[in-house]
This record gives sequence, C-alpha cells and structure tokens, in this order.
Amino acid sequence: MEAMSYIIAAVPGVPSNDAALKTANAAIGAGFAYGLAAIGPGIGIGYVVGKAIEAMARQPEAAGMVRTTMFLGIAFTEALALIGFVVFILLGL
Amino acid sequence: MSDDVSAFTSRLDGPAPELSVSNDMVRRGFIVAPVLIAMCGVIWNLDGALSSAYAIAIVLLNFSLAAALMATTARISLGLMMGAVMFGYVMRLALIFLAVYLVKNAGWISLPALGATIIITHLGLLIWELKFVSMSLAYPGLKPARPTSARHTPAKN
Repeated sequence: MEAMSYIIAAVPGVPSNDAALKTANAAIGAGFAYGLAAIGPGIGIGYVVGKAIEAMARQPEAAGMVRTTMFLGIAFTEALALIGFVVFILLGL
Repeated sequence: MSDDVSAFTSRLDGPAPELSVSNDMVRRGFIVAPVLIAMCGVIWNLDGALSSAYAIAIVLLNFSLAAALMATTARISLGLMMGAVMFGYVMRLALIFLAVYLVKNAGWISLPALGATIIITHLGLLIWELKFVSMSLAYPGLKPARPTSARHTPAKN
C-alpha cells in the first residue's frame, strides 16, 4: 500500500500532500476490499448452482426442494459480498 | 448414446419455489422495516431513517430480482439458469453499487446507516426465512395453520 502511495505521488497533477495520499490510499484499499470480497462469493455461488443443477438433472422430482435450498444458499453466500460492499462504501466511496 | 439427462436441455415447469420464498421475505421485510427505520432514526437522526429505508428497498429489490431471474430462466433451461444466476450475481452487485453511488453525495444519506441496514436486513430476513424453510423440508406434511375467523362446526342432521 505504501508503494501505491509513492506511485500516486509520482503522477503529475495529483496533489502530493498527506491528506490527498490518505484519501487515495483509502480509495485503493476500498477497491481491493470490494474486489476481493466479490471473488469468494462468486466461486461459492458457482459451486452451489453447479451442484444444484446436477442434482435437478439427476432427480427432477426433487427439483422444488433443491431450488429452495439453492436460492437460500445463494443469498447467504451473497451476504459475504454485501459485507465487502459495505466496507467499501464506508472506506472509500 | 448415453441415457444421462442433459442439464442444458432440461427445463423445470410448474410453480417456482424461489418466488414464494422471495415473496415471503419481502412481506417480512415490510414487517421489520418500521423497526429498523426507527432504530436508525434514533441513532443517526432523520438522515439515518431515510438511508435505512433506502437500504431496505435495495435489499428487497435484490431478493425479488434474483428470484424472478431464476424462476424465468428455469422454465427455459437449467443451463441458462446457471448462467443467469452467475451473471445475475455480477449484475445485481453492479446495480447495488450504482444505487448507492448515485445518492452518495445526497444531503439525506448516512453511509453507516445504509451499510448497517443492508447487512442486518439481508442476514436477518434470510435467517427468518430459513427457519420456516428448514421446518417445511424436515417435516413436509406440516404446514403453518392459517388462522380462520369462523370456527368449523359439524353439520347437524
């Protein structure tokens, strides 16, 4: 993160005082937080949906139960991304 | 030739359970909304109350959009449903970002109230719904009884 602040300070036209650097660091940190927080749920949702599709294709009579559980699983997994989003808006939006 | 059922050509007709789960959560969201708005109003004043209402609207629309997307695409193909859920996840995150970004400089917005309400509403409604769904999955024959205004009386001969 310190290296990032040096890069920002080297960009012409960007004010290099401490407040500007702090703001820039917060924005960069928030971006990383949101991006990293969205990766995990993306993998998790893909896994949940993939397995649910497999289950429904094998056993269509259980599709209702599988879809209900899948929807709730997706929503719970998505909560992780929302927590990352809230960190993002509190840090640097 | 394999006898396996292909997920790309299979489709699911009939009632969509996601819609009923989503409608339940929206209904419960309207029940808890006044409490959350009042709490945020006490902590963050009027700005907090307005931000809390906005956050609740975002969460409920997010649930409804996710359910509608899944219900619509499941009637076409399971493979399409998988794609729609994945791209829908990205799209809904982008829509939430846009919804917050558009009002971030508004005079009535309180970002801590907005963030806290998004997390609490999302998780709270899910846990509340999970209680009923897990009960119905464990005991499929049991359904919550709807209160009736008129008591059933056997016919007299």
